[in-house]
Amino acid sequence: MPVDTGSPLARGRRRGFVAATDQTRPIVSLRGVGKVFASGVRALDRFDLAVPEGEFVSLLGPSGCGKSTALRIIAGLSEASEGAVAWAGGAGAGPGHIGFVFQEPTLMPWADVAANVRLPLKLADADPAHASEAVARALARVGLAEFAGAFPRELSGGMKMRASIARALVTEPELLLMDEPFAALDEITRFKLNNDLLSVWQELRRTVIFVTHSVFESVYLSQRIVVMTPRPGRVFAEISVPVPYPRDEGFRTSADYAALCRQVSQALDAAMGEAAAR
Amino acid sequence: MLAMNKDRALRIALPILVLALVLLAWDLVVRAFAIPPYVLPGPGAVFGALIGDRALLWDSLLVTLAITFEGFLLATVGGVLLAVAFNQWRVVEYSLYPYAVILQVTPVVAIAPLLLIYLPQHLAVLACAWIVAFFPVLANTTLGLNSVDHNLLALFELYKASRWRILWHLKLPAALPQMLAGLRIAGGLSLIGAVVAEIAAGSAGAGSGLAYRIAESGYRLNIPRMFAALLLLSLAGVAIFFALSALSHVVLRRWHESAVTRER
Repeated sequence: MPVDTGSPLARGRRRGFVAATDQTRPIVSLRGVGKVFASGVRALDRFDLAVPEGEFVSLLGPSGCGKSTALRIIAGLSEASEGAVAWAGGAGAGPGHIGFVFQEPTLMPWADVAANVRLPLKLADADPAHASEAVARALARVGLAEFAGAFPRELSGGMKMRASIARALVTEPELLLMDEPFAALDEITRFKLNNDLLSVWQELRRTVIFVTHSVFESVYLSQRIVVMTPRPGRVFAEISVPVPYPRDEGFRTSADYAALCRQVSQALDAAMGEAAAR
Repeated sequence: MLAMNKDRALRIALPILVLALVLLAWDLVVRAFAIPPYVLPGPGAVFGALIGDRALLWDSLLVTLAITFEGFLLATVGGVLLAVAFNQWRVVEYSLYPYAVILQVTPVVAIAPLLLIYLPQHLAVLACAWIVAFFPVLANTTLGLNSVDHNLLALFELYKASRWRILWHLKLPAALPQMLAGLRIAGGLSLIGAVVAEIAAGSAGAGSGLAYRIAESGYRLNIPRMFAALLLLSLAGVAIFFALSALSHVVLRRWHESAVTRER
């Protein structure tokens, strides 16, 4: 589904969705979500987010702005102190419903790549024959088909992350949550994985919520960028990236890209400034 | 490649050279000062006792090894089960941990005579081997179970894994390196526990393990046999250590840093 390709770059703050996804109802929405940790630190404050089905949205903010906390609340790994998380159809997050990619590859070192990717299906008691097929498909999708029998320590950082993504995809989840997955990788590997992630996303058209602190990465990948203020995390601005997919190196070096990056950078600076002024 | 071979050759040759020199010096001292064998036997006399008393010593070695093995097995099962119970139920950990520590810090030499009063000798010796060996298994396994990668734990929670599946598929495999390190310590300690208990029991009469042979030979001033039995005990300890190291290596060789050889 192409986004509105004809419109000029969206300027300034906007709330709401990119035009083309307006009709689809949100797969998940957070309303007035707050999170206060036991230490008294407030990570999130009246955080609102609605993610339409099939959208690629990025949460952008400095370290410690509560982006990861928001993601963990959506995943059901953390409990919101205030507010509500609502799901399409009213169903809560169940196994197979959500895929999660952590900042570290988080693979089991004692199991080979195939066994690691298979884990979600094993925990769901999936039919073994069906599971083997799904594992092979997920590995092929991230380009690791030949490394099914390798152990995590035998893989490079980028390949470990691919295995981690394959594991998240193996249940074909409706929602993919990614918590700064490429932050620890070198730039060359990171660009490659950005491209591969986009092609997987275009193929599957699942919803992705992508947490990052990189302006460039967020603009390159997403349809919509949610800029957050540092501690406590709130939505400061929403910026749409109305550039059609497939995006490639041509987009990465285009003037549009540079302009969007500048716009997002300014929004991020303003978000930091607002926090400093408080 | 050549340098590596040379290094390996030195690692093997040097300890043997040291052993040969010590034996030579020992022999020379015994000869030069004409020390009688009931004070200090020469290496030849010890070797003679090893050969001459081989049937007796072999039987004793088997007795001691059997006790050590039983104690080690009980320590492994007990230590791992208790560690799992500690990990699954905090109430159990809070209730029992202090007593596990007390059992560990009380010298087994002091407990042995007491146990010998209440238990049949075989059981008392076994209990001593168990008491000293089980704590490292417990402590190491507990550490391993508690240091699971928190993101992996979150992943299992995301997929709604039950606590027993988390234990079986995540915590136990993750704890394996520490558990095996605990076993390596426990192997040596159960031998020590068995020997201590046998020595304590030796004065009480019956018994036929190696430690009992040492005590008995002492009373009879059969010093060469004392040395021979001691030598066998050391060799048994070394063999246990190497067997458990090999086990650890085989289990971990594909994935754990401790068992991986890297090329530099």
